[in-house]
Parts: sequence; structure tokens; C-alpha cells
Amino acid sequence: MASFKPTKIQIYPQLGAKVTQDTLYWKNYKAPVQVKEFGAITNIDFSPLAPHNYAVTASTRIHIYGPFSQEPVKTFTRFKDTAYSGRFRSDGQLLVAGCEDSVVRLFDVSGKVALRMFKGHTKAVHVADFTSDCYHILTCSDDYTCCLWDIPNSTELTKYKEHSDYIRCGATSKLNKDLFVTGSYDHTLKMFDARVQKSVMTMDHNHPVESVLFYPSEGLLVSAGGRYVKVWDLLKRGQPLVSLKNHHKTVTCLCLSGNGQRLLSASLDRHVKVYNTTNYKVVHSFDYTASILSLALAPEDESVVVGMTNGILSIKHRKTSEEKQGPTGQPRRQPVFRVFVKGRNCVPKQDDFLVSKSAKSHLAKYDKQLKRFNVSKALDTALESWKKNRKPEITVAVIKELDRRGTLKNALAGRDEQNLSQLVNFLIGNVVDPRFAPVLVTATEMILDIYKAVVGQSSVVDRQLVRLQELVEREIDYQQDLLEVLGMLDTLFASTLPRKEVPCPGNSQPNGLAEVDPGPQLRVA
Amino acid sequence: MVEHTGIRVVHRGGSKINFREPVITSDSRFLLCGSGESVKVYSTSTEECVHDLQGHTDLVTGVVLNPSNHLQAYSCSADGTVRLWDFTDGILIKTFIIRYHIFSIHVSEKHVGVLFVVVPMANEKGSELFQLVAVHLPRSGDPEVEVGELSAVLCDVSPNPGAVSFGTGGEYIAAAKGLQLEVFFFKKQKSYRFSLKSGMNKGINNSFTCISCHPKEDCIATGHADGKIRLWRNFNQKKEYTYSTLHWHHNAVNTLRFTPEGTNLLSGGIESVLVQWRYTQENQKDFLPRLGAAITHIAVSPDGSLFCTSHADNKITIILSSVKVSAIIQGLVKDDCVRTDLMIDPRSKALVLNGKPGHLQFYSLHRDKQLYNLDIVQQEYIHEQGVDQFQVVKAAFDTHGDWLATVEERRQKSSELEINLKLWSYDEQTQSFVLNTTVTAPHEDQITAMCFSPSPETTLLVTTSLDGHFKAWLLADHSDTEESASWSCDFVGGYHLLKPGCCCFSADGSLLAFGFQEVVTVWSPTSWELLTTLSQPPGAVRDLCFGRLSCSKYLLGTSTKNQLCCWNLLTCSLEWNTPMDVSLLQADPFSENMAAFCSQSGSTDLFVFKPSEPRPLFSKKALCTGKVERAIFAPRDQMLESSEEYSQWLNRSQLYFLTQHMDLMTFSTKTEEDRLLASSKQLMVDDSVAITPFYLLLGRHKQQQQEKQELLTNPLAERTPLPQGSIAIKELLDTPAHVLPSASFLCSMFVRSLLVSSSSASCQDAMLTWGMLLPG
Repeated sequence: MASFKPTKIQIYPQLGAKVTQDTLYWKNYKAPVQVKEFGAITNIDFSPLAPHNYAVTASTRIHIYGPFSQEPVKTFTRFKDTAYSGRFRSDGQLLVAGCEDSVVRLFDVSGKVALRMFKGHTKAVHVADFTSDCYHILTCSDDYTCCLWDIPNSTELTKYKEHSDYIRCGATSKLNKDLFVTGSYDHTLKMFDARVQKSVMTMDHNHPVESVLFYPSEGLLVSAGGRYVKVWDLLKRGQPLVSLKNHHKTVTCLCLSGNGQRLLSASLDRHVKVYNTTNYKVVHSFDYTASILSLALAPEDESVVVGMTNGILSIKHRKTSEEKQGPTGQPRRQPVFRVFVKGRNCVPKQDDFLVSKSAKSHLAKYDKQLKRFNVSKALDTALESWKKNRKPEITVAVIKELDRRGTLKNALAGRDEQNLSQLVNFLIGNVVDPRFAPVLVTATEMILDIYKAVVGQSSVVDRQLVRLQELVEREIDYQQDLLEVLGMLDTLFASTLPRKEVPCPGNSQPNGLAEVDPGPQLRVA
Repeated sequence: MVEHTGIRVVHRGGSKINFREPVITSDSRFLLCGSGESVKVYSTSTEECVHDLQGHTDLVTGVVLNPSNHLQAYSCSADGTVRLWDFTDGILIKTFIIRYHIFSIHVSEKHVGVLFVVVPMANEKGSELFQLVAVHLPRSGDPEVEVGELSAVLCDVSPNPGAVSFGTGGEYIAAAKGLQLEVFFFKKQKSYRFSLKSGMNKGINNSFTCISCHPKEDCIATGHADGKIRLWRNFNQKKEYTYSTLHWHHNAVNTLRFTPEGTNLLSGGIESVLVQWRYTQENQKDFLPRLGAAITHIAVSPDGSLFCTSHADNKITIILSSVKVSAIIQGLVKDDCVRTDLMIDPRSKALVLNGKPGHLQFYSLHRDKQLYNLDIVQQEYIHEQGVDQFQVVKAAFDTHGDWLATVEERRQKSSELEINLKLWSYDEQTQSFVLNTTVTAPHEDQITAMCFSPSPETTLLVTTSLDGHFKAWLLADHSDTEESASWSCDFVGGYHLLKPGCCCFSADGSLLAFGFQEVVTVWSPTSWELLTTLSQPPGAVRDLCFGRLSCSKYLLGTSTKNQLCCWNLLTCSLEWNTPMDVSLLQADPFSENMAAFCSQSGSTDLFVFKPSEPRPLFSKKALCTGKVERAIFAPRDQMLESSEEYSQWLNRSQLYFLTQHMDLMTFSTKTEEDRLLASSKQLMVDDSVAITPFYLLLGRHKQQQQEKQELLTNPLAERTPLPQGSIAIKELLDTPAHVLPSASFLCSMFVRSLLVSSSSASCQDAMLTWGMLLPG
């Protein structure tokens, strides 16, 4: 004697992105904190020292924020014009910033007035950074030059005039004090060695370069410009490795995740994309409200800070482990758990005789009614489940099962106004869903057949029937449009695909009756 | 062509066991049922077949116990004989030759030496009228007796054995046919007829279907085609008879049976629910629902402790009187047609075909036993006439048996076709197939063929459909997400909107051939490139088959217009063709051989050949009547070493085929029959118990003890050794406790072994102490 087999609820493929480890990791941030700045935020830099403050360069100021504060802990305002590129030194003591007025200023993080001013550029300085030995400063300017400065006596050491357009990005090597890379609007990336007077490597990005970034190992270099993010192999004399085109507007900023496994790129198209650095596939993407100019990740990815053109700074903090579980609701009363597990965790002793109890299978309510052949009641139960949790799968599965048993008509018939309007309501909600349409169309036809005679007796049902009719008409128009589009696409594809002859050695030789019948023309359809 | 006489076509298992009512022996230990041309004796506790009583030369049409000896049984057959068997030893005692086609047999305790059989009125096969005759068995010592004396009891009875029944121990006999019930009283030698008014004009078919008489009281229960049961009383007169009506079944009552004491009435029908009615309190009913398939017969053991029901799906269920299923004897399920091909499961080497509705059955050919049923559809089966059910129409295994693909379809009357493609993976832990992927509506029309790629690197499935496309399905790995591997469509192809009818992979999986009506297309499954097309215009391609091993360069195809073609794939040209109406082409997976079944003027011929040789290895004309649609080469578990050329093709594998009448047949050679004979002699053990490990362990001891007893009865026998020294005790103590039977069972044996040596007083003491230690 077999047991009753419950109604199979079909699992429909879930639309949308699949849940991966990366999605879980990058989704695990709290709602963003937003701070309004005075102008577009061009640069964000995290201090390498423990509290990990970060410097936000916007308009003529540089604000320094603490890790959890929404008010700046310190502000540098001694700029004559728009400030650029406020960056910390690797010991977190000094901060350097360029300015629209071509002067580069060096600040003590605790002080207010500039310690040093480096004058020598003729146009705005968009990049200023410390070298890895902490004694020199690299600056890149709109006058097509880049300079190395000595900090103690604020003198210019070397000047390179190799670019032919604005230099808007640059990065110094963390492993070698003499190496640095600049990216310019003349579409090239140049690598310089302070020990020689010339660039040592030139790479062509094909677009104005907006951002460059070294990998932690410094064997690879990433550059962003135009809609492209390109990765270069420095050990192979700047050979291009990959070119990524995942944004639809200019990519403005690049950064690496804490462990160096993921690369993030921000763009004017308001998206931040996360790439896997082994296969360079996009594993996650963030949306923001405005075009993004700057992006930074706190060490260990504790927070994601994004600066936008409208001057809004958005800070997302990582959820801590207890917050991850979400609100637990009411505290459970103590004895309940004990009651539930009573006797479950009892381990049998050595000479105990075990009597196994077969697990009782529980049937859903509609299955119990189907087992008793109460078809109308089963349909009612299934409709209730739809009303409760808006999941039409169960209701559709029950309707399908009733149809298979040949008793759908019996289940649909004999309903009063309220019951019928509920049923028609369900149909209105789901009949045009392509997943359910094959089942629900038969049910709709049956309902119309059964209740044809009583149309006009109830205003509620009549109104719903009119709505259903409108819905179906709209769907038919829509399908027709789609078919037209399909026809157009077919013509396009057919004209673009090259026609290929099938190599057929047998065709030349007598192939059975080939002499009599030349056979059909052999082409791949 | 030479006919080879050394190879015979034989029935091999899979015959119906539900054709007629089974019989439970009076000690309830065995169950007898007719199965094809033999009577099978099953053990009711272990479900094993204990004896196969062979002797009849045609279908066995009835089995009854001998009322005068409860260890004997009569069986009747369509060959015109009644045979008397000793079923405990499996010996044929007597054969009574009646020379009529016998349809059923009835006996009663009051009529010793008389059998009642139903035979046609005129001794012709096509006769429509039947009569019940009494056969007086002659007392003669000969093993074969001709019976001359037949006396008609009732004329115009139904050939259905359920429509005739003896009442109150044989005082009267009742028979029903159409709308008429006839009761014949033996004492008065008078018969009464009662007829029902036809309900046909009201749309009800109330004709009689079955009948059962109360064993103690004057009451006849009749079942009707409209699902009603009528209880007739006071029928020993013409006028004042009465009847009451019981109604639960919604379709025809197939069978009715009173329990031996008459306290309960059992009934069954297509609903596959066994209903137990209390006699005189008919509103109290017990139900045993979901027995699997329509109930065709019910039998009750003479002591009333066991019921058994036969079902339409070739199954006998043994039910305790407390209405609980205790055992199921399942034969090969054969519907009126086998929708799936015959297949061999690469793991269990079992024959696989569709069985119960919505199931695939795995049937062991060597043991003639169903191994298990795999539920494909996984839906509650509604036992009702006129409901469209899902049917498994296609199934395929991959080469290692790791994957199983099934197609189920349901065609509704008004709306469109529903098709599901399911992929099952083999689970090592549960030793069965587990559903991996369900594809709803894989094609827009019926799927015509399906096969797995035999290459070991890829798991690729190809399906072809009448919608003009073929699809390739690949196992996609989702290792980066949480989901496990599942199947998805990889390629959709077609050829000039022609309908593909068949597909075949080459043995190494590098080529794939499709038959698109008249055109054969050959594709590369790695790049999905159309490599070449071959065509042989008259007639659409029916079957395609690549050669194997040394003949792998050949592709064979059969067409509907009587052509068997062989193409050479190296030159892409036709090698040879012959005009033959090949209904089925089957390749042996272990050799180059091909078997072609050709239908010719109503019968089927078989040719076995190699594609490279023009001469057939073996041919047999007029194999069977009708077309052969399904056949399979099954691997042998032991290779034959036949050296004769004509039987060498049977050395590695065995060819099974299904005839039009759904008989499973095979070929057997002389060497094989010799081997079978030798093995059957070895197996001559005491078959009253099924052979279990326990039996093998204990049976040997029993034999030893019997020998010992024989020694003891001999007065000159030596004194038996002390119990401590006997082998039985030693093995008992050495064997691990968990493989031994329960102590209560061993104790009596052990005590008996001590009783043997009771001649000495010391042993008596020992027995007493042991007896106290081991509670019996």
C-alpha cells in the first residue's frame, strides 16, 4: 500500500542574479551614511594609521573624518582655489595636496598651516603623492609636467616633460622609492625611474587616463580611462593583459579590496563594479544616486566611501556579526526549547533495545482535501494560501492537479459572488504570467463557460470580468508587437550571417541514387 | 539460407501471474498461481518462488486445491487437460485428458471425485457459448487418464471463473451471465433463474460481473458493472426472492469473496481499494486503499488468516486478515504496449521498461523477478476510467548508468500535449536514481528519440522531436553558486524543417547521425557542424545504427520502403543495400553483430549479420507471428564457449525480444540448456523453506543431526560424542552473535540435540541445566 503522493509544486527558475559568495560579502553593508560637502568630491584617502581617518578633498577644503563620525574631525581650509588629491604619508603624519593655483601644500595632520609650499608648476596640480621612502613628493600638473620634490628643503629634484596633455593621475610604487607611474589625457601611461632622466616604459591606453593603480605585488598595473579599465603586465614591458568594458560612461576611480582579491572601479554612470582579479568577471555591482568621482575602501573592507559630483559623500559600514542576524524579535521563553527536544538527544545505552518509529509525513491542507476528493475545498484552501503569502505557485499547482484529475470543472462551479470574485481576482493577477498561462487559460475558459449564464447579476464580478478582458486584449497586442520585433531580428540575423557550404565529399561521388536525384541543396539552415 | 536447428526460441520469464485467481494453501504457507504455461508456487512469507510446476502445453486457466487432499492441487489449461500436482514436492501426480479448451475449474468438498469445468458448447475455439460440465474422475492408477464421462450441469455460463460459485459447501451452484443469475440445486436437480431489469435505457450498465456465495447461510453476493453489490436471499423458489443493494464502488466490481466463516465480504474493482464489508452489518466497512492497480481477483486462505488480491499490473498482494499488507509478489508489468524501448541498466544488468503507470521497472532477467520500481511521474495515480494519465514514453541510460533520462507525456483531449523531460542521477548511498533536473516542455511536439553520448568526457543528451528540431542537453556545472549541477539546453538544430525520426551516436561518441525523413545527416557533437548528408530516397528513415568495433566505419539505416542500407563513412558512399522490410535493427554492444527483425507476410524473420560481411551469421524464418517492435541484447553473466559458427553470436550476449502478444522470448542454445539442467540438479534442496543465509547455516546442522539420528536408531551405533564436542555446538559458539537467529529458535534445536544423547545420565543433567539457562 503506497502512501498518498502530495501535489508537486513546480519550482520555477528564479529570475535575476544568482546568489554567490561575493554577493553575500558585498551586500553585507549597512545602509549608507550621507554627508553633504561643498562641491564635487575629487579624492578620498584613508590614513594608514590605526583609527583609519580619511581625508576627503572637495572644493577648496580637505576634511578629515573619523571612522564612525559624521562630522569632520579636522579641516584644512588654507587653499586659494580648488584643492586636489589630499593624500596621507605612509606614517599618517603628513598630508599633501595639490591646488588649482599650481601650489602644492604639505600639512602636518595635527596642524593647520602648511609646513611647506612647493612652487614650480605653472598650472593646476591634480596629483600629489609621497614616495615610499617618505622624503620625496611626486606631483603631476596640467602644464604637462611631473616633478619630484625634496621635502626637507622643498626643492625641485627632477622635472619630466614627456606627456603632451594634462596629467590627471599618478601613483608611486610602494616597494621602490624611485618608481612611479603617471597617466595623462594624451592617452598614455608612462613609468618613470627617478634615477634616470627619461620615462622607462610607455603604455597606450587609447583614452584619456583618469586613474592608475598598482597591484600589491606591483607586477601588474591597472589604468582607467574612457569606458575602459585595462590591466598591464609590467614584468613583460607593459604588455596589455585585459581590457574591461563594463561601464557605459567614463571610469573615474579604481581601488583594490583589502585582501587584493577584488578590484573596484567607479564611474560617471553611477555604478561601482567589483571584479574578480583572477578571471576579471564582474562579481558584484553597487548603485549610487549620482556620478562618482572618487572611491576608497577602508582597510579590511570595513567601509566603502564614495564621493560624487553633487558633493555627497556616501559611507557604508560593514555589518558586525551580531547585526547580521537581524532583529531576533521577542525573546523565547526558556522551557519551550526543552519541551521540543525532549528525548531527542537521548543516546541509547549499550543494551537498550531500539524501537524505531517511522517519521510521520505531514500533508498540506489542500493535499488532505485532495486525498479525500474534496475538490472545491482544496481549491479554496489553495486560493487562501495565495491571499496570505502572494505565492501563486501553490494555487497554480493545485489547479493543474485538479485539471489532471478531470475535476476542475466541478471545483470551479457552484460558487457565490464573493468566492467567484476572489477566483477572478486571482486570474487577473496571474493569467498573463507566461509561467502560469497554460494552466490558467484553461481555468479561465472553464469559468467563463460555467458562469456565462449569470453575467450581469453582480456588479463586482462584471467589473472584474471587464478588467480581465482588458488585460487579455493588452497582452495580445503586446505579443503581437513582440512577434514583429522577432521577425525584424530574424531578417537582420539572416542577412548578417555568412552562408556556409557544407563540405560533402560524398556529394561528388555517386551516393546511392545520386545520379538519378541530385539530392537537396545542402546548407545549414 | 540455412535454418539452424541448434538454437531454439524459448519463453523466458515475465509471464502473467494475475490471469486467474491465485490459491492459498490450507496451511497458509504457499500461494499457487497459474503463470503462462506453468503453475508457480510462492512462499507467502518470503515472496520467493519455491516451485515451478511445468507440464501444461498451453495457458493455465485455473488452479484449485484438491478438496480431498490439502497437499494436492488441480490445474486446468487451454490444452484440454487437468493435472493433479503435489505442490510441496513439485511432482505431477496425474493427468486427466478432457480434450476441450478449458476456461475455468471449480471444486467442492461435497462432490468428491468430481470436477466442474467450463468448456465451450461446441468444441470450437471461436465458440461464444460456454457450459459448465461435471467431470467424474476415473479411479485408475495410470499417470495419464482419458476422461470420457462429462455431464452438463448448466448451459450458457460466463467463461469468467469469478461468475460461478458453490454455495453452502456445495449444496447449490450459482452462475451469472449478462443480466441473469442461475442457481442450480444438486439435491433437487433443479435450477432457478432470476433476471434484473436492464438499466441500459437509463444509461446504467447493471449486468453481473462476479458472484460469491456465503459458505454457511443461503446468501449470494453479486457484483455489477455499475459498482453495486447485491445480496440475494430466499432464492430457493421462483417468486419470493429478495435482494438488498450495497453501493460503494464507482466503477464495475471486479471480484467478490466471502471469508471462510462468512463474517466478511471482500470486494475490489478498478479503484484499487480492497473493501471489507461486515456481513449483516453492511454499513460498517474497512478499506485498504492505494493498492497500486485495479484489483482483478481476491482469494482467501481456507483458515481465513490471509487474503490475497491480484492486480491488473501483474502483481499479487498478500494481506493479513487485520487488513495490512504483508507481502507483494510482483511479476513483469506488461501493459498492452511497451512505450519505452527495452533497455539494460548498465549497473544492475536488469531489463528496464515502463511498468506501472508512471513508473519504470527494473526486472532481473536471470532471476525472473522484479527488482524495483522507479517512480518517474511522482503524482498520485487516480484510479478512474477516462482520466488522461502521464505515461513514461522514453527512457535512456548513459554508458555507466550514472544518469537516466526519462520523458513523460500526457495528451489531453482538448488542450495541448504536456511533456516533461527528467534527468536522474544515480545515488550510491541509496542505490537508486534521484531526480536532478526537470525540464517542462522540452520540445513543442512529441519526442521521437533520445540518446546519451557514449564518450566518457562529456555527459551529453540528444533529443529529437516532431517539431522539427533536435536539442542537445549538457550537464552544466554551477560550482561558483550554491546550486548543484543541473542540465540545460546547449544546442538546437534542424535540417530544412524536416522532422527527425531517429538518432544514433557512433560507438566513440565522435559522430552523431539523425534521420530527417529521407535524409540521414551526420553531425559532429563537439562543434555541432553538419558533416555530411546521406540519402536513399524511397521511404523515410526508420532506424539508424552505427557499426561497432571493427565495423565502426559503417552506418546502417532502414527505411519505411523496405530498404536496409549500409553506408561507408570513410567514403560517404553506399556500401550495399538490400530490399528488406526491417521493423527493428538492434546492435550488439559487445560485438560487431547486428540483428534485423524483418516482418514478412504476418510473421517475423530474424537475421544476424556483420555489416562488413555479405553473408548472415544466423537466420531464422517465422520466428513468431506479428511484428517485433522491441528487442535488446542483454549481456551474459557467464560467457558461453560455443564453437559452432551459427551460435557464436550468442556467446557474449543474449537477444531478448517482445512479440506482438507481449511475450518475452529469447534464444537458447544447446550448451546453455545443458548448463541450466546441470545447475537445476544442484539446487535440489529441501525447498519447503526459501533459501536464506539462516537456512544455509541451520539446514546443514539439521542434516547432520538427521544423520546422527539415523545412527542412533541403529542399536549397534556408537555412543554420540558429548554436546561440548559436537560440531553444531562449536559453530554455534564460534559464530558471531549478530548473524545467529534468535535464541528461542536455537534453543529448541539445541535441546533436541541434547535429547539425542540422553542415554547417559551425565548428559541429562547437562540438559537440565542448559534448559534452565536458555529460556525457550
